[in-house]
Amino acid sequence: MATHNKTKSRLAGLALLAWSGMALAAWELNFQAPATKAAQTVIDLHDLMMIIIVIIFIGVFAVMFYSVFAHRKSRGHQAAQFHDNTLVEIAWTVIPLLILIGMAWPATKAVLNMRDTAQADITIKATGYQWKWGYDYLKGEGEGIRFMSLMSTPPEQIRGAAAKGGNYLLEVDQHLVVPVGKKIRVLTTATDVIHSWWVPALAVKQDAIPGYVRDTWFKAEKEGIYRGQCAELCGKDHAFMPIVVEVVSAEKYSQWVGAQKQQMAATADEGAKTYSLAELMSRGEKVYAANCVACHQANGKGLPPAFPALDGSKIAKGSKAAHIDIVLNGKLNTAMAAYGGQLGDGDIAAVVTYERNAWGNKAGDVVQPAEIRAARK
Amino acid sequence: MEATHAHGAGHAHGDGHSHHPKGVMRWITTTNHKDIGTMYLWFSFAMFMVGGAMALIIRAELFQPGLQYVEPEFFNQMITLHGLIMVFGAIMPAFVGFANWMIPMMIGAPDMAFARMNNWSFWLLPPAGILLTASMFVPGGAAGTGWTLYPPLSIQMGIGMDMAIFAVHILGMSSIMGSINIVTTILNLRAPGMPLMRMPMFCWTWLITGFLLIAVMPVLAGAVTMILTDRHFGTSFFSAAGGGDPVLFQHIFWFFGHPEVYIIALPAFGVVSHVIPAFARKPIFGYTSMVYAIASIALISFIVWAHHMYVVGMPVAGQLYFMYATILIAVPTGVKVFNWVATMWRGSMTFETPMLFALGFLFLFTIGGFTGLVLSNTAIDVQLQDTYYVVAHFHYVMVAGALFSAFAAVYYWLPKWTGHMYDETLGQWHFWLSIISFNIAFFPQHFLGLAGMPRRIPDYALQFVDFNQVSTIGAFGFGLSQLLFLYVVLKAIRGGVKAAAKPWEGATGLEWTVPSPAPYHTFEEPPVLTEAKGHA
Repeated sequence: MATHNKTKSRLAGLALLAWSGMALAAWELNFQAPATKAAQTVIDLHDLMMIIIVIIFIGVFAVMFYSVFAHRKSRGHQAAQFHDNTLVEIAWTVIPLLILIGMAWPATKAVLNMRDTAQADITIKATGYQWKWGYDYLKGEGEGIRFMSLMSTPPEQIRGAAAKGGNYLLEVDQHLVVPVGKKIRVLTTATDVIHSWWVPALAVKQDAIPGYVRDTWFKAEKEGIYRGQCAELCGKDHAFMPIVVEVVSAEKYSQWVGAQKQQMAATADEGAKTYSLAELMSRGEKVYAANCVACHQANGKGLPPAFPALDGSKIAKGSKAAHIDIVLNGKLNTAMAAYGGQLGDGDIAAVVTYERNAWGNKAGDVVQPAEIRAARK
Repeated sequence: MEATHAHGAGHAHGDGHSHHPKGVMRWITTTNHKDIGTMYLWFSFAMFMVGGAMALIIRAELFQPGLQYVEPEFFNQMITLHGLIMVFGAIMPAFVGFANWMIPMMIGAPDMAFARMNNWSFWLLPPAGILLTASMFVPGGAAGTGWTLYPPLSIQMGIGMDMAIFAVHILGMSSIMGSINIVTTILNLRAPGMPLMRMPMFCWTWLITGFLLIAVMPVLAGAVTMILTDRHFGTSFFSAAGGGDPVLFQHIFWFFGHPEVYIIALPAFGVVSHVIPAFARKPIFGYTSMVYAIASIALISFIVWAHHMYVVGMPVAGQLYFMYATILIAVPTGVKVFNWVATMWRGSMTFETPMLFALGFLFLFTIGGFTGLVLSNTAIDVQLQDTYYVVAHFHYVMVAGALFSAFAAVYYWLPKWTGHMYDETLGQWHFWLSIISFNIAFFPQHFLGLAGMPRRIPDYALQFVDFNQVSTIGAFGFGLSQLLFLYVVLKAIRGGVKAAAKPWEGATGLEWTVPSPAPYHTFEEPPVLTEAKGHA
């Protein structure tokens, strides 16, 4: 009886596996389901072009394949010797031109709409970093909120040590939350290299260019979670900086704004506190794992020569001031980013302390948030 | 090199004054357009194998989600080198090889106009190929930026980036010299009685391509030099911190890059314009409109570059202008397709391997053209930019366009080069294996792009698994099919049915009036052209 049950559960497991396999077997043939009018416009435009293209395609290749079939030597077909026909040639220059002009009209309307970023309800700046996104709510409800959004897929899933979750590579620790039915203007910029902020269901894609600010907009028609990815090759972990936009009702959005403001107030005054080495080390390890590990690696050995080791490095063993400076301000023309704008004083103090005391590094000193605040000036 | 035997045979019934060195020195010092053409073609094939192996590494990694075989850094290096090697090392030298071999024979010239420079333009290529390939092995590896080398990412790279920059410089010098040579040859060395408008279509496409190359290769050289000085000499062309603009590079790069697409495509059009009439046994339809179409494609190619940059945030007027200009390219391209179909119409067709590849070209290039039309539409392109849809599009144009046309060219002219017919059965196998596996590899990528898979990623979300697996299977099939091509070519070089001077019943042109294999020196006395011996 026991074996029978086992077989049964195995069969059920297999069926489940097959079902999940089928669920995963998406075989998606077309654009993602649209969540904005602009995305619907793109789909309509694409459908229109496909219809025209398929008609022309069938027309041209019906003629060609008929000819391939009928006008072959093995069927005894004698070659005609004509080689010009002005009327026909003018016709197949002018007619396509007219078709193309017809196609350009709706395309122009879509472009004009797509680029009209005026009169936004909320303005959010999206900053691309190697390899994560930072968001600042600049105008409208939620003004002043800022946070980093990092991919939350664990490395074990990427390396095949754990089963891959349903939103593999498309999940982040903090969603970009916006209210439904409001015009959201997104400013894009970057600190290091060019990234591109892309959410397919919203039909927005805008390059984020270091030193310049560009803009785009969307107005989500329904609540839900929409997932996208960086679309411009930005180095090693380009595949691992997703974008997750959560569209919620107006009430939920207000609640979320309230919660964010509270949390920010709690972290704002940490510059005045002092922490023990153990406290800073445990916090620093987390900050390191979230921000530094991609290049400098968990064991501090880095990936030389592009990403140098921290274990035993001159900077981690040298003066505190130089160490704080490189973390705050980055290093020009390398992948070392300036973390001053990304992390608070407490986090930077913790991570610098961690780097100076982890692995083989035994500086023994402690960096307090107040020192970071001083170094920022 | 196997081809030596063939040329040895050709040389035997050459003429009295061929005191060229033997063995390896013959190839190093040669100024003979046929020898140099042969070297271009073998170099191109070697790079095609290297670039192809890289493509298979890329596709193997993408067979499953997750990281299996390579690290993301190495993956990025592979996509960069695959692109650079295929464009500059495989496709471009292949068509220069065809030009070297065939243009002098087509126009009744004894050799290229600048025979010594011809040797130099070839021998620049191997160092560039070695620089590119070897950059994988230096500290930090090759450039991991994609073939477009966009800064600031390219500023971050290691010494592999500098090697790529120097390789591009050398390849550019080679291309410019090659083009000057081809243009001069075509303009000055045509046999008496061959006006431009009666010249073979392959010469027309190369004449215009030559001008395109001379115009845009210096632009690319300038762009990569600016990266070099930004990297090492403290300039800030592309860095906002120093008053520069990263997008400036993209404008310069694509001002080169878009004509580059037609530099690759136009000679391919030329080959097809010879093969289709030959196997339809009927003159090409609309010769004059073909020439005008090529010229207008070339001109328009200079004013559409920013359609590669719809999402960089250019003014809306810019987006609209580049959209209209891009859509316009469809008109002359359409004329060419219609002309080819009209050439076949009421012909007397047979379907040997060159014709099969030409038809494969026509069919698949048209698909690539249609997806190009979809991409020209700014609103749609914003969704598809940097996705697999674009990858599918340009592989339809570059592989099914340029590469299939190059295969057509090899099968068409191989009897003239070697004196032997290739194995027709194996050639047809090569065609069918290639076209089927090509479509398995690249057609699903349209769906991946539409569904939202970005390009240049080593790992992807789970909804993209199925089509990626199909694509990888197709890619391996396509790669392996090319080994059959190598076998067919080697077999024809070693022996086979003796080829007549004109092995194809419907072929026209001066190249078919000389024996097969073509003697080492041809047309030392210019041929006499009568009215009847017009263009192909």
